[in-house]
Amino acid sequence: MRLKTFSQGGVHPRELKLSAGKKIEILPPPETVIIPVSQHLGAPSKVLVEKMADVKTGQLIAKSDGFISTNIHASVSGKVLKIDDFTDTSGYRRKGIQIKVSGDEWEEGIDRSDDLVKEFSFTSEEIRNKILEAGIVGLGGATFPSHVKLMVPKGKSAEYMIINGVECEPYLTADHALMMERGEQLVVGIKIMMKGLGVEKAILGIEANKPDAIQKMKSLTEQEKNIHVRGLKVRYPQGGEKQLIQALLNRRVPGGGLPIDVGVVVFNVGTVYAAYEAVQKNKPLIERVVTVTGKSLREPSNFLVRIGTPVSYLIEKCGGLPADTGKVISGGPMMGKALTSLEVPIVKGSSGILLMQESESHRKEILPCIRCSKCISACPMGLEPYLLMALGKNALFERMEEEKVLDCIECGSCSYVCPSARPLLDYIRFGKAEVNKLIRSRKAI
Amino acid sequence: MNQIIIYTVISLVAIGAGAAVILYFVAKLFRTEEDPRIEVVEKALPGANCGGCGYPGCRNFAEVLVRSESFDGLFCPVGGNETMAAVASILGREAIEQEPRVAVVRCNGTPEFRSLKTHYEGAPTCAIAHSLYAGEGGCPYGCLGLGDCVAVCKFDAIQMNPVTGLPEVMDDKCTACGACVDACPRGIIELRKKNKKDRKIYVSCINEEKGATAKKNCAVACIGCSLCFKACPYEAITMNNNLAFIDSDKCKLCRKCVPVCPTNAILEIGFPPRKTEPVEKVADSSQ
Amino acid sequence: MDKLVVSPSPHIHSEASVPRLMYGVIISLLPALAVSIFYFGIGMIIITSVSIISCILFEYLIQKFILKVRPTHLDGSAFITGLLLAFCLPANTPIWMVMIGALAAIGIGKMTFGGLGNNIFNPALVGRVFLFVSFPVAMTSWPEPGQWMKYADAVTGATPLAIMKEGVASRTVSEIMPEIPGYLQLFLGNMKGSSGEIAAFALLIGMLYMLYRKIITWHIPVSIIGTVFLFTGILWLINPDKFADPLFHILSGGLMLGAIYMATDYVTSPMTVRGMWIYGVGIGVITVLIRIFGAYPEGVQFAILILNAFVPLINKYVKPKRFGKEVKNG
Repeated sequence: MRLKTFSQGGVHPRELKLSAGKKIEILPPPETVIIPVSQHLGAPSKVLVEKMADVKTGQLIAKSDGFISTNIHASVSGKVLKIDDFTDTSGYRRKGIQIKVSGDEWEEGIDRSDDLVKEFSFTSEEIRNKILEAGIVGLGGATFPSHVKLMVPKGKSAEYMIINGVECEPYLTADHALMMERGEQLVVGIKIMMKGLGVEKAILGIEANKPDAIQKMKSLTEQEKNIHVRGLKVRYPQGGEKQLIQALLNRRVPGGGLPIDVGVVVFNVGTVYAAYEAVQKNKPLIERVVTVTGKSLREPSNFLVRIGTPVSYLIEKCGGLPADTGKVISGGPMMGKALTSLEVPIVKGSSGILLMQESESHRKEILPCIRCSKCISACPMGLEPYLLMALGKNALFERMEEEKVLDCIECGSCSYVCPSARPLLDYIRFGKAEVNKLIRSRKAI
Repeated sequence: MNQIIIYTVISLVAIGAGAAVILYFVAKLFRTEEDPRIEVVEKALPGANCGGCGYPGCRNFAEVLVRSESFDGLFCPVGGNETMAAVASILGREAIEQEPRVAVVRCNGTPEFRSLKTHYEGAPTCAIAHSLYAGEGGCPYGCLGLGDCVAVCKFDAIQMNPVTGLPEVMDDKCTACGACVDACPRGIIELRKKNKKDRKIYVSCINEEKGATAKKNCAVACIGCSLCFKACPYEAITMNNNLAFIDSDKCKLCRKCVPVCPTNAILEIGFPPRKTEPVEKVADSSQ
Repeated sequence: MDKLVVSPSPHIHSEASVPRLMYGVIISLLPALAVSIFYFGIGMIIITSVSIISCILFEYLIQKFILKVRPTHLDGSAFITGLLLAFCLPANTPIWMVMIGALAAIGIGKMTFGGLGNNIFNPALVGRVFLFVSFPVAMTSWPEPGQWMKYADAVTGATPLAIMKEGVASRTVSEIMPEIPGYLQLFLGNMKGSSGEIAAFALLIGMLYMLYRKIITWHIPVSIIGTVFLFTGILWLINPDKFADPLFHILSGGLMLGAIYMATDYVTSPMTVRGMWIYGVGIGVITVLIRIFGAYPEGVQFAILILNAFVPLINKYVKPKRFGKEVKNG
């Protein structure tokens, strides 16, 4: 059978999954952690603890502050050293809570055993509350609070739940490792989320470069007639919600719309696993699987890491920082953010830490556009990146809006294919921000 | 032969006359009344179309001037008081004088004072670098050095100094149109009162972080200690969010604030050397 | 590790680069070049080398001394312009004429617009048409194939298209056909014509290579050749005595060279697939109109230049298929 994929645009970078097949290694907590209060999309959480307070692992330390917001828990036990501004991935300073670790004492009521708990009898509302309480956000990188996604807006209905096990970014293997090692829990998690969402059908999409995961998940769901596992042709950005929905169901999310507009809600496998732990084990989101990888790294690995652990600690555990490191990326090479310092913490949205060699860290020289239209054929959203960049350069933001710049999913395929190495996405992303400002100011009037 | 010439001439004349009549009536029909003073005022303006007045061009500004009741809030920074006086005499009104101003770059983060921690390789504009991260020096308030202000200046009055990595304003060319002020994503550039001999005293830092944090990224950052605030006899200095600010309209250029600054964040430019140098201050001022 | 590099995503880049694309095109032109040298020998070698060298030289000189920018003469684009210009000249064109053509191609066709990426018209075609209009006699005396050692003194004659054009005025197509080489000969390039346009099969090999390397997409060549085939086919069905059959039109003249190399020039062709179809059909229709109803026997060059002028308009109005239909943003 021909494997499905999305029908428009896309690229196929070298996969380089160096850490594939590596077991998830559980890391002990570091000496200190920094837990930012804004690790998710939406309003920052409100800090509940005070300086010098003692906290236990899993204790609520910052509370959801607004509809689109979520809870944050202490990922370690110890003393709160500081509540202050800390440098985040962008080099700007954001509020966070610094905890000095002592021991590993957990909050009561959390089931820390590895036993698989299959049965559950919660209503969908109870499930939603547990997910909010546990502070679960989209772990694929978007970090949108998951309980909000479970609430289907009035007038719309969810028909399918799609679970994203695509992991289309090169290098990253965190979701792969999770499916291979926690497959049973994932199946329970899927059922919980289906219940929470009130849907009958779920599809798990996995790219064909993970045949073992496809096979494993298929055999685990043999008895489940409502959960389907689908292999997908390897193509970037298949992990984008809109692309994944189109690949699996051939439904197109309208421009400016959400997946729910076509009756679908998408969750990442990491999110589903976190939901399993929250609902069945009472365990809040205080740790996640992170791939630490890079061509020069001695030991590319998949780690289960406490939130707030500094990046340098993870690199140390992989055999230390290679001498030829030129760039460190949080996330994958296509959409990740370049770090300015190695002391920044792992947050809920960190799916990987990628160390680039000095020789591959630099951009190529920018040449004039030769109108080869490769950016247009690579764009999965049917936009014209060359035009958007030209408009952005000339600050013609209203024209950018007309050209649907807001549809851009920032996948980076255009910059990736450009033979002139033009910084297309840089200008487009900037244009998006400016257009959003324009729209806000228009609404304000 | 003659006939041909005669016919040619006659037909050409006829066509010409016909066209003239049509044009005459068309011109009458579509004639738009326009205040003739707009033309005159526009001529009096500098014609740089820089937008410094807040209107899209000199023509547009001329229309606004002619239509306006008073000159309140209307000023051509490029032409200055002279131009506004000329416009006022055309329109028979009182001119409102404004102090001449000049753009000042309030960052002194040269490589001498701040070490670069990262190397930026994105699209070469400050706006994009600013939206991405704090910048190569790590100071989230400091100059990014990619020259958005230089690109936007219509008068070639700002240039990048390749040694310091900071933009430099040429006071004689600067018209205070404000284009660079708007172009800087960090709001580092300020229009300040133009003093005699282009003398200036200003806090060359806009960092609002706590002193220790600011100092970590840059040796000449304002740490918000308020020593200058206490030293100023004219109440020209205000303290806000760990940052001192000298109001150029109130400053009397007494220079008392300069030596007290522990980080040399206050620059004095265009003054003769002090008689008794207290300490070796301000290694790199303007040159 | 000295300083960490920071840049916005994406952090990896495909292997593609402008010189790689350009040299890919050059490689794909080699079979056609080999066939041309096989038929026209020394003349082909002379005009090709003169054309390439002068194009690169003029680009360098103009950028260095007139525009005062960093010269980009070695990025391969001037090389291609030179090669293509030579391909659409007769193999006995005098050296000085080739150089004038190169100057027109690079100077007028490319640099006046601001260099690579900004030109509206295909530079090689600008050079070719400049020469064609300035020296019509030299540009329409085509050497017989097979005279390897002859250059300026080669025996010349008319192209199959010109014979057809002359002929149909007084005779039927079937009466003219014997004077024209057979279709197999046309396919193999054994005919009079511009030095590089003759060998359909070599150009097709080049096209397959470019498709394989993903340098071009199939849309433009197929739409042009398909349109010519359909249009001439309809005319042929209406009156086979007056109009030659479609196969003849496809195999003769500069259609293959134009459709595969001239019309697909990145800079001067539309950006979207739908735009490419409009562009290709337009070129096909105008080519046939000129060939059959116009004054010239061949019209591909003019058709491409005319449609080149429409490309900015096509790019403005023909948008790619957007993902999903729009909804009102609340």
